Amino acid sequence: MTLLMIIRVAFRALVRNKMRAALTMLGIIIGVSAVIAMVSIGQGASASVQAQIESIGTNLLFVSAGAQNVGGVRSGTGDTGTNTLTVEDLDAIKREVPSVSMVTPNVNARSQLVAGNMNWNTSVTGVSEQYPEIRKWPVATGSFFTDAEVRTAARVIVIGQTLADNLYPGTDPIGQDIRVANLPFRVVGVMARKGQDPQGRDQDDVAFAPYTTVQKKVLGRDRIQIAFVSAISQDATYTAQSQITDLLRQRHKLTANEPNDFTVRNMTDVAEAANETSKTMTILLACIAGVSLLVGGIGIMNIMLVSVTERTREIGIRMAIGARSSAVRTQFLIESIVLSVTGGMIGIILGVVLSLAIPAFLGWPTLVSMMAIVGSVLFSAAVGIFFGYYPARKAAALDPIDALRYE
Amino acid sequence: MSTTFAVEPQELQPGVALAMPVPEAQPVIQLDHIHKIYTMGDVEVHALRGVSLTIRPGEFVAIMGASGSGKSTTMNILGCLDRPTRGTYILDGEDVSQMSKDERADIRCQKIGFVFQGFNLLSRTSALENVELPMLYLGVDSAQRHARAMEALAAVGLAGREQNHPNQLSGGQQQRVAVARSLVNHPALILADEPTGNLDSRTSVEVMEIFQRLNRERGITLVLVTHEHDIAEYADRIIVFKDGKIKSDHAVENPRNAAEELKNLPVISDDDDDEE
Ligand SMILES: Nc1ncnc2c1ncn2[C@@H]1O[C@H](COP(=O)(O)OP(=O)(O)OP(=O)(O)O)[C@@H](O)[C@H]1O
Ligand SMILES: [Mg+2]
Repeated sequence: MTLLMIIRVAFRALVRNKMRAALTMLGIIIGVSAVIAMVSIGQGASASVQAQIESIGTNLLFVSAGAQNVGGVRSGTGDTGTNTLTVEDLDAIKREVPSVSMVTPNVNARSQLVAGNMNWNTSVTGVSEQYPEIRKWPVATGSFFTDAEVRTAARVIVIGQTLADNLYPGTDPIGQDIRVANLPFRVVGVMARKGQDPQGRDQDDVAFAPYTTVQKKVLGRDRIQIAFVSAISQDATYTAQSQITDLLRQRHKLTANEPNDFTVRNMTDVAEAANETSKTMTILLACIAGVSLLVGGIGIMNIMLVSVTERTREIGIRMAIGARSSAVRTQFLIESIVLSVTGGMIGIILGVVLSLAIPAFLGWPTLVSMMAIVGSVLFSAAVGIFFGYYPARKAAALDPIDALRYE
Repeated sequence: MSTTFAVEPQELQPGVALAMPVPEAQPVIQLDHIHKIYTMGDVEVHALRGVSLTIRPGEFVAIMGASGSGKSTTMNILGCLDRPTRGTYILDGEDVSQMSKDERADIRCQKIGFVFQGFNLLSRTSALENVELPMLYLGVDSAQRHARAMEALAAVGLAGREQNHPNQLSGGQQQRVAVARSLVNHPALILADEPTGNLDSRTSVEVMEIFQRLNRERGITLVLVTHEHDIAEYADRIIVFKDGKIKSDHAVENPRNAAEELKNLPVISDDDDDEE
């Protein structure tokens, strides 16, 4: 008797009890679709973090004032009260570190912006003219401010799309006047639209001015909390990191046993940390969903055991007319594999549909992974074999005479 | 009724010329001092105590005897469902007495057809599929399975009922499906343990008519267990068991002819299930 025939026999047996087969499969359907949906959510999160990091630029380094916090990624505000990073430090980095190509400070000032009778509260960031290039964020209209405007602390400003839309609806903002902290500025450019970040924050709700202007005219102090440094290439980031560290230690006159009073981090480390986090999350979600697959498997075993008892006579008949024990075992094993794999297939469809629907309904990014699909097919087949084996063996071990006599 | 203790019938009826066994032909069944002892805990039940028996191709044998005399035990051994505790059983020239479970399954598949008292058809499965089942285990391809099953169903008078499930068939029809199933693999031997036990008298005659026809026209060897004398008399030879031994073994002088009797039986007019 060929395998194909046994599979057909198994299918027929299942079709004879459609309702039960469907209910038994439900456990696997829910399990597989949950695994796929959960893994898609995890992978989606991971991918969007990756994309975000890539958009920032992988040859990017952060230099911030104050010692490094233990573990984790520090938020941009840094420790208050530290005054260890100066404009001169940044100039030195730019001048003396060969693996560094560009540097910009990043000075934030939350301010009220007024254009005509329109009002907007946002963070004005003081940066150097190299900011668009370092952050790989081009200007859409107009232009970014120049080196000369930075040196002279000119009152020029480049706004994000959200500001352009809200402060200058229907008009071209370039050349318009805007008041920042009651000082008149001139809009010279509008940044390209970036949209939301994965946390749902509007990345276009920003404004950029020369850091000199922000330090002197808006904040009234020249402290730098954060600076972005661009290495000449991605490979050069680690060299740049150690060279910057050496330079700053030397400039800050730190002795060998004094800790750094600044922090240099490169984007690759940040990306790896973020990756680690989302990987952990994906595994956790998949495990929780995997438990439901296991429960589905136990459901299959339960039904197969009931089925073997119920069909004792059938088994007796099959054996009497010449079925070998192995044919009976294969039949029942295949029945449970058919149950679990069919359930798995339906679960995949449901899981993929769910994964595609989640971004629309919950706003989370998802990424349907081929690996999750292949994995759940294999896993559901394994569930079928594992939980079907015992009932199948029980069926095959029956004695045809006893089985025929069974009422 | 003549009663002889001869194990091998020496002469046969001239009336069964068509099914006359060729004397020099190899026996289908050769039982030699078969013992069967069931052990239930400390208790031993000696179900068969030295049964020796030869059945030649084309014979139609009825086995009778009191309840518990060992008829079903003998049938189980003949059908390779069970192994004798002692003694040898040669089926169609092959010693099957000490074969493994799988070897016996293959023998059942190739050489033996079963008909049971309780029909033992697969429920929720069409007559056709039930009849195809033994061929499935023999590895017959699907087109041939279908053709042979249709032919077997036609031979038992069930043409047109192929798609009916057992619960859509009368008892007699179900038993005929079982007969069709027993013969599709062209077995050397068909074993029937009380095949008419669940049937009324007219239906019993119908089933016996099929058995007689298969026996005479196709030369199929038949062994049938029955409690009823009238049923046994359709056979050519009657073996009576008592306490696990053969008490008598004799040829039937004038076997009844089921086909003739059916012609004379009144046909129930509204029995539209009846094909005859
Ligand atoms: N599986 C078994 N275990 C123990 N004893 C058994 C078993 N099967 C049969 N026997 C015993 O063997 C003896 C013969 O039984 P068997 O079924 O062959 O009788 P039988 O002639 O078919 O009877 P009946 O006409 O009632 O069917 C009986 O005493 C019975 O109790
Ligand atoms: Mg019996």
